[in-house]
Amino acid sequence: MSMPEHTSLRRISALLLRYLYLLRSSWPRIIEIAYWPTMQLIIWGFVTKYFADVRPELSAAGVLISAVLIWDSLFRSHVSYTLSFLEELWSRNLANLFVTPLRPWELIASLASISMLRTLIGIVPAALLAIPFFGVSVFDMGFPLLAFFMNLVLCGWAISLVVTGILIRYGLGAESLTWVLPFLIAPVSCIYYPIETLPPWLQTIASGISTSYVFEGMRSLLLQGELRLDLLAWAFSLNFLYIAIGFLCFMTAFRSARRHGLLLQVGE
Amino acid sequence: MEPVIETRKLTKRYDGIVAVDELDLMVGQGSVTALLGGNGAGKTTTLSMLLGLLTPSSGEIHIFGEDFVANRFPSLARMNFSSPYVDLPQRLTVRENLNVYAKLYGYRKVAPVVDRLAHEFDLTDFLDRRLRRLSSGQKTRVSLAKAFVNEPDLLLLDEPTASLDPETASWIRDFLKSYCKERGATILLASHDMREVELICDDVLLLRRGKLVERGSPEDLLRRFGRKNLEDVFLDVARGQNGEAA
Repeated sequence: MSMPEHTSLRRISALLLRYLYLLRSSWPRIIEIAYWPTMQLIIWGFVTKYFADVRPELSAAGVLISAVLIWDSLFRSHVSYTLSFLEELWSRNLANLFVTPLRPWELIASLASISMLRTLIGIVPAALLAIPFFGVSVFDMGFPLLAFFMNLVLCGWAISLVVTGILIRYGLGAESLTWVLPFLIAPVSCIYYPIETLPPWLQTIASGISTSYVFEGMRSLLLQGELRLDLLAWAFSLNFLYIAIGFLCFMTAFRSARRHGLLLQVGE
Repeated sequence: MEPVIETRKLTKRYDGIVAVDELDLMVGQGSVTALLGGNGAGKTTTLSMLLGLLTPSSGEIHIFGEDFVANRFPSLARMNFSSPYVDLPQRLTVRENLNVYAKLYGYRKVAPVVDRLAHEFDLTDFLDRRLRRLSSGQKTRVSLAKAFVNEPDLLLLDEPTASLDPETASWIRDFLKSYCKERGATILLASHDMREVELICDDVLLLRRGKLVERGSPEDLLRRFGRKNLEDVFLDVARGQNGEAA
């Protein structure tokens, strides 16, 4: 029998395996991952088609469909991360995990890995369907699409770090935050409208929200054909700041949970 | 006997309530030690601190001679734990659960580990069944198998034979004894089954209100309390009588 090697990579892959088993155990779950982005795509695809007849400037270059798909990558990445964490609470498995040599950051890394996988399972089929059904290919954006996508995923993870921190500290009573929190930033993310649409005070708030730079950048690329690297730089900088704050929140909540003996009770 | 667990003035306070009060413990290598006490005596709190799930308010914990409070991870790799009150993922099969935990403890090839555990804990018939479809006795066996996945040098067990039929419980007790003997491993267990404690434990620690009030081998405690079984000793201690007075 091989000797154990205590490496972070092995522990991260162990937890990733656990989430893959979970995903594999239920085909309705796999369908569900792709279901919501596809439904969103269909609704916004028809909206785009309608605008194309009455107000073509509003739907030019597939800007609405692209916005829907990119925004959904934030929501999917956040929900996939948080739901995988909730599985540990629902199955009262957290104590079993934390009596192994698993470090909290390794749990975060494995949750981020499964979140990326589930996000791709959700978004890619919808993005592919948009090509034959609505004549819009987000892949035409090329490399910038990857940058927009990564920014939204990072923002989703930052929200997840805060939500899972609250869950580990306050338990399943805070479960509804999973669904609520991403929508808090939706109005100031300027997904479907330019930032100038907002009143000045909301524009100030939007300038501190990374996603607003992503969608401004996306519109600039699709409508003017200009790749605004300054907007991407702002988005990445803010997202790295959010991730750092999120990590701090999670670790503070984790330490507090250890102080209050919540790791054994959470999920009950 | 080399100490595997050593605590000094270990204390846990929750909002002014003292759950564990300046506990000085020493558990020697190769021993099977019982942690006994009534509800609220501090058993679970003590076990949680020894597992790193709970941060002590003050005091020291040394496991395998290392400062466990400062860095618990090297020790955790050599330890394991089982409790009927902590579940494994119910939607995974027994094999999947064991695969995940074998990897978490650093095994690259997990199949031989799972085969060993399936053989030792008689899990072969339901290895590919989801946990939620098992009886409570079968779940206890799986939970115990998980506790042996890394062939630990130190095992912390909470009610190890809860929900098991008498035959399986007896088999588990024999297994625990022989495992300790063969590997020189150490077991600290919390149990309400006094007969079990008498059968397998070399040493008994009795807690009351977070303090260690009595300690000795089962025979020693029976003699000092003038009782025929540990249950009566337990009741004496719970009522505040000490060995000499009882």
